[in-house]
Amino acid sequence: MKEVVQGIPLNYYLALSTVLFSIGVLGVLFRRNAIIILMCVELMLNSVNLLLVAFSAFHGDAKAQVFVFFIMIVAAAEVAVGLALMVLIYRNIKSLDIDFLNKLKW
Amino acid sequence: MKSIVLLSLLGVTSMFAGVFNYRKLILPIILIGLAAAIGLLADQWGTNKVFFEMALFDNYAIAFSCLLISVAFLIFTLALYHYRNESDIVTDLYALFLFALTGGVLMTSFNNLVMLFLGIEILSIPLYVLAGSRRADLASNEAALKYFLMGAFATGFLLFGIALVYGASGTFDMAGIAAYVQNSKEIPDFFYIGIVLLIVALLFKVSAAPFHFWAPDVYQGSPVLVTTFMSTVVKIAAFAAFLRLFNYCFTPLSGYYDIILIAAAIATLLIGNITALYQQSVKRMLAYSGISHAGYLLIALVVMGASATSVVFFYSAAYAAASLIAFSVLTAVMENKEGRESFESFKGLAKNNPLLALCMSIAMLSLAGIPPLAGFFGKYFLFATAIKDGFLWLVFVAIFNSLVSLYYYLRVIVNMYTTSDEETPAFKPNYALVVMLLITVGVSLALGFYPDLLMGLL
Repeated sequence: MKEVVQGIPLNYYLALSTVLFSIGVLGVLFRRNAIIILMCVELMLNSVNLLLVAFSAFHGDAKAQVFVFFIMIVAAAEVAVGLALMVLIYRNIKSLDIDFLNKLKW
Repeated sequence: MKSIVLLSLLGVTSMFAGVFNYRKLILPIILIGLAAAIGLLADQWGTNKVFFEMALFDNYAIAFSCLLISVAFLIFTLALYHYRNESDIVTDLYALFLFALTGGVLMTSFNNLVMLFLGIEILSIPLYVLAGSRRADLASNEAALKYFLMGAFATGFLLFGIALVYGASGTFDMAGIAAYVQNSKEIPDFFYIGIVLLIVALLFKVSAAPFHFWAPDVYQGSPVLVTTFMSTVVKIAAFAAFLRLFNYCFTPLSGYYDIILIAAAIATLLIGNITALYQQSVKRMLAYSGISHAGYLLIALVVMGASATSVVFFYSAAYAAASLIAFSVLTAVMENKEGRESFESFKGLAKNNPLLALCMSIAMLSLAGIPPLAGFFGKYFLFATAIKDGFLWLVFVAIFNSLVSLYYYLRVIVNMYTTSDEETPAFKPNYALVVMLLITVGVSLALGFYPDLLMGLL
């Protein structure tokens, strides 16, 4: 397995995760539904996971893989809180379109 | 490390207070626990204890942790006043505050990028909940969702930055990265991109321009106690982490990223101060004032001598004391004005509650940097260090901004000392509020008259 991972040049992994990360960033910036935005954030985090695992294989060092577990755990905690907040908001305004969140303005 | 364990246990104790029905006891327990945590930290002064290469309690970490815990202590005193009428969820809120505080302590003491990430998340996730803790209030909901989405977005940048730094250096350890930066002949491009992404994420967390846009909305929408926590503990913790990471790891490369930090500092100062000029709500004005203070602290970050740490520490302490006064007076005024937070709701405060008005004036003057208050010396040391390092023009920009900021700080004072038809009636402040104000005003004055109390510490 390690040979397979290392058979592909590191730059390919770097490019792939950068593209995934950028898709996530663009999604957060341009989509209006809060759940889609959350999914785009998850895409950003997962591109990081991919990158970390690739680097880990290239350095022959397991620390980054452990870090990936931490990221997954934290992402799960974040999703739990985020979805709870969204349920709260949906109960109040019957929508998750972030354009409706405009009460706070100068 | 003991203090981190103690703080988490306090949080757990607080969570169970609702179940086992010792709600009345929980606040004294928390206050004693926080005092004990400060004691445990102070006991380790100068020992540089390392825990499995993950956390390093050097003097820097201990000083900032003690500052964070003391500020939290005062916020809990204020909580006694603020939450006296609602008892259902209050222990859960205390637990969330304590968990966030634990994250803040981790952020000041990390010795490994994993711990930096975990610290930031442990600080942020409870705060998302706290921001939305007034469940029926749409503004609070909106603040929570905005904070959550922006915070998670910033986390993505932080992680990508960490991944790239790891990819180049092969380690998450701070000492390892510092050694890599010192010794390696050829640093790949993506390492620099990693540093820039780390800067972006941390600018988000300290609410500096151009990533400040979430802060005013979140500060205004959150319950006032949570706003107090965010603008003091969270901001100081984020700055401590920022300074620790860059001071420790990347100093040899500062030529590459200083320009970004300078641009961010100037933009933060200008946007924070100029937008604060035309605010109608004092709470929102304080949010913008917090943004502009982040700009001053960024200048300290650029001017990174060995003395930058003590300047940042002094400035944070002065800023925290003044903000605590401002927010606690704001709480008292809002309670007696049915939650209104405009400048006009301060009218007549000096006539009916002269002492509260005096405290608020001290806070505003300290934030504006008028001698002999603590805020003045914070700015003075900052500018003196900057001039010594040859950033004279940057100091001119900062002083210009200080002058602009005088307008909106004095506006509060002017409003307090004028009268109107619908002014706040005289009310008797709760004793918790009085204790809190005595301490913070005392600190503001003491640091103003004896700045050496904290300056020589680091």
